Amino acid sequence: MNNPPDVSPDPSEHEQYAHDVAHHVKKYMMVGGTLLAFTALTVFLSYVNFGTQKANVAVAMVVATFKVGLVAAIFMHLSAEKKLIYRILIFASFFVLALFWLTYLAWYDPIHH
Amino acid sequence: MEIPYTVSTRPDTGLWNAKVGIWLFLASEMMLFGGLFSAYVFLRLDAEPGYWPHGLLNVPVGTMNTAILIASSVTVVLAWAALKMRQFMRYKIYMGITILCGVIFLAVKLAYEWPQKFEHFGAYLKTEALEKYEPYLGNHHLMEKGLPPRVEITGHLHNRAALNDPNIKEYEIALDPVNADPTNPALDRPHFLYVPPTEKIGTIEKADVERATMFLPTHSAYFASYFTITGLHGLHVLGGVLVFIYLWLPVSTKLYKRNPEHLANRVEVAGLFWHFVDLIWIFVFPLFYLL
Repeated sequence: MNNPPDVSPDPSEHEQYAHDVAHHVKKYMMVGGTLLAFTALTVFLSYVNFGTQKANVAVAMVVATFKVGLVAAIFMHLSAEKKLIYRILIFASFFVLALFWLTYLAWYDPIHH
Repeated sequence: MEIPYTVSTRPDTGLWNAKVGIWLFLASEMMLFGGLFSAYVFLRLDAEPGYWPHGLLNVPVGTMNTAILIASSVTVVLAWAALKMRQFMRYKIYMGITILCGVIFLAVKLAYEWPQKFEHFGAYLKTEALEKYEPYLGNHHLMEKGLPPRVEITGHLHNRAALNDPNIKEYEIALDPVNADPTNPALDRPHFLYVPPTEKIGTIEKADVERATMFLPTHSAYFASYFTITGLHGLHVLGGVLVFIYLWLPVSTKLYKRNPEHLANRVEVAGLFWHFVDLIWIFVFPLFYLL
């Protein structure tokens, strides 16, 4: 489970609960640290010449996607969420992809290129 | 009347209502920013070689702002965890830090980064005039190395009146390092540290200029998309900060005393929005500052 459980009404379980949440807190700190480290990595990699500008953009987007994945999975609890939320996101992603597909269509113009 | 499912979960969805609400909202936000990023890709792929500027933004400042936003994402999740553990003072501290981070981010953007751009000037040259300004452009040197040409001369505009006065026939610019010393191989690619314009003054005749403006949205497709996306993102940061301030004020202390889980859920929902704002910035930073 990704989310700390709710506080139990039974006081005898409070100590165990506080321990569980403390464990999650540690994880959040580690993810934060990883994100900062990968920010530094992004900056560093942008000054490495990967041959073409497009290759550099691709490398940066891979790193950014990994960072975004961490934020979504851990901070936004998407690694363990209810079905309805995944459904909403899949539906929205479809339209986001459609927006990028429009750009692709405009770029892939067989008459001009 | 008590609003249902603010704390307990609905039996059909397994979720309390605000969580469904925020995710529906974030789904619409994905499409909003998705459209803008799609436009960015379109404009960038369509730019002629040399017409998509590089290295015009201050990278250390952008990196610092990225770190601040990531730190605030951590503190908001810690604030929420503190509420879950029923440690109210800790919640107040973490939330306070989050608000502070958001305010610093906005202050850096509005009081430093944007105004610095408004003070910077760039003149795109007509194609036939490029050769005349070769001492400022170093295009022969770039061509030998297989790098895209420079078509713009940038720096601080000395005679500001030239922008509006048709009787002034030329722009006098304190040149940026890249135009002051264009064949220096160290300047072929942008640097991490920002270097201000040099003392060297370049004179450019208006007749040779295709387009010349301060670094405003009208300057180029690059700055148009930069100001649109960072402006919209900034509005989101502002919105998040306002909600956090509300959740930090005494009115929330009252809610905490009445129903701590309800406040925790409000913080979680506001936090989800905040993480989304962070997530957008993770793409904005490399796309505009670095590449």
